[in-house]
Amino acid sequence: MNPTVARLTLRGLLGRRRGILLLVVPALLLLVSAIASGTEGSEHTLATRILGQLDLGTLVPILGLVVGTGVIATEIDDGSIVYLLAKPLPRWRIVTTKLAVAIGTTWVLAGIPTLLCGLLLIGREDGIALGYTVAALASGAAYSALFLLLGVVTRHAVVAGLGYALIWEALIGNYVSGARTLSIQQWGRAVAETVSGADLSAEVSVGVAATLLLTVTVAAAVLASVKLAGLTLAAEE
Amino acid sequence: MATITIDKVSRWFGNVVAVNDISMTIGPGITGLLGPNGAGKSTLIHMMSGFLAPSSGAVTLDGAQIWRNQEVYRQIGLVPERESMYDYLTGWEFVLANAELHGLPHPGAAARRALDLVEMAYAKDRRTGTYSKGMKQRVKMASALVHDPAVLLLDEPFNGMDPRQRIQLMELLRRFGADGRTVLFSSHILEEVEQLARHIEVMVAGRHAASGDFRRIRRLMTDRPHRYLVRSSDDRRLAAALIADGSTSGIELDAREQALRIQAVNFQGFTTLLPRVARDAGIRLYTVSPADESLESVFSYLVSA
Repeated sequence: MNPTVARLTLRGLLGRRRGILLLVVPALLLLVSAIASGTEGSEHTLATRILGQLDLGTLVPILGLVVGTGVIATEIDDGSIVYLLAKPLPRWRIVTTKLAVAIGTTWVLAGIPTLLCGLLLIGREDGIALGYTVAALASGAAYSALFLLLGVVTRHAVVAGLGYALIWEALIGNYVSGARTLSIQQWGRAVAETVSGADLSAEVSVGVAATLLLTVTVAAAVLASVKLAGLTLAAEE
Repeated sequence: MATITIDKVSRWFGNVVAVNDISMTIGPGITGLLGPNGAGKSTLIHMMSGFLAPSSGAVTLDGAQIWRNQEVYRQIGLVPERESMYDYLTGWEFVLANAELHGLPHPGAAARRALDLVEMAYAKDRRTGTYSKGMKQRVKMASALVHDPAVLLLDEPFNGMDPRQRIQLMELLRRFGADGRTVLFSSHILEEVEQLARHIEVMVAGRHAASGDFRRIRRLMTDRPHRYLVRSSDDRRLAAALIADGSTSGIELDAREQALRIQAVNFQGFTTLLPRVARDAGIRLYTVSPADESLESVFSYLVSA
């Protein structure tokens, strides 16, 4: 960790319009949960739908995308990354610091609202609120790392990230069972199922899910460090 | 004393060759990297600053490879062309962050010194996003100088600056050059290079077109026509005597200037011919001045060559 890199990253992330956008995501989840908690029907079904589909399936990946790309892709795009890179600072330290900021932000903005929504919708019943909170933390970390990597390897990180989250996970994952094995969302669901003990229709075992979540997070950080060390600034001529 | 060595370096992007087999050495003092837009100057500076790998050849700083070697940044200060510089930070926060990133023992003192050096202490508490182009350039300079580097690389530093800011920056760079630092700046504006650097490296279409003192560069090109403005005690008689020699290809009597405009084909031949002819004819020379000594004429020749 480098405190200066962390400070610059956090200010860049929470400043500007992105800061507002980041607050909209948990606010939306809380609003939907507040409205839904007043409706009649099975609390269990309602909670798993909102926390499983809206939260874990949509809002956590979007949050991971905005935060993961926001901690580095913007600086690469506008060229200000040069002030970090033109320093005698190991690239892996820059990446791990930025990843720590991304994961921390995702945890605060996804973990806490998930827990609050879970408690609001179903209370402590079946451990569902805790299960989905741990799932949001685990998958939030993996999304942050994956999208940070995309921010380093491509100038179109947001489009690529949306492609993964919306097309691969949400669309293809709905129809092709094999695709669900390679889905951070499904790995998160396996974690939620294990922590809560409830049946949440997870497609992979928790062992596989935890291993893959950890592998993706670590591998993305390593790859991003390697890529950042060889980052090329294209000549503008 | 730090020296950047560029040894047979080429860089291509797909089928486009941006830098073509260039070798040069950048030593202490101020060096101007001159060339039109698209000549490959930025590509070369990116390679010198470790942000682009050469496709072939090597770029080294005192023998150490620059590409993928972050330790060289202890010696290099970089002023990039792009303006983005964490617009949400104040000038002070920006320079301080750079000092901290260098791991300096007293980052606050280093940041203060750097801001004083570029005379930006008065605006240090304003956000950099509110700075004028010249102010941004100076704060970028402060960030590059905060660790007291031996090498300063500046990519088109005068772009968009007004004349006053330009003069200030030139004075600053002159001081660094005089201190024995290795200062390299790129420019496509001939006057800028002419005013600041005696030593220039000229790039044209990715190639190293010329190197050395800008006056000497032209003199080395002996086959290039040179123009002179000459005033004497008898211009007509002097013209007649000169045209008889093969060193001159054209002489015009400029009535308005009351002078001769002479085009010489052989620089060395003409410089020995003129005083000899004048002495033999008993003509006094009042003025002998090169009419195209500016870099512009050198440059346009190089470009068209």
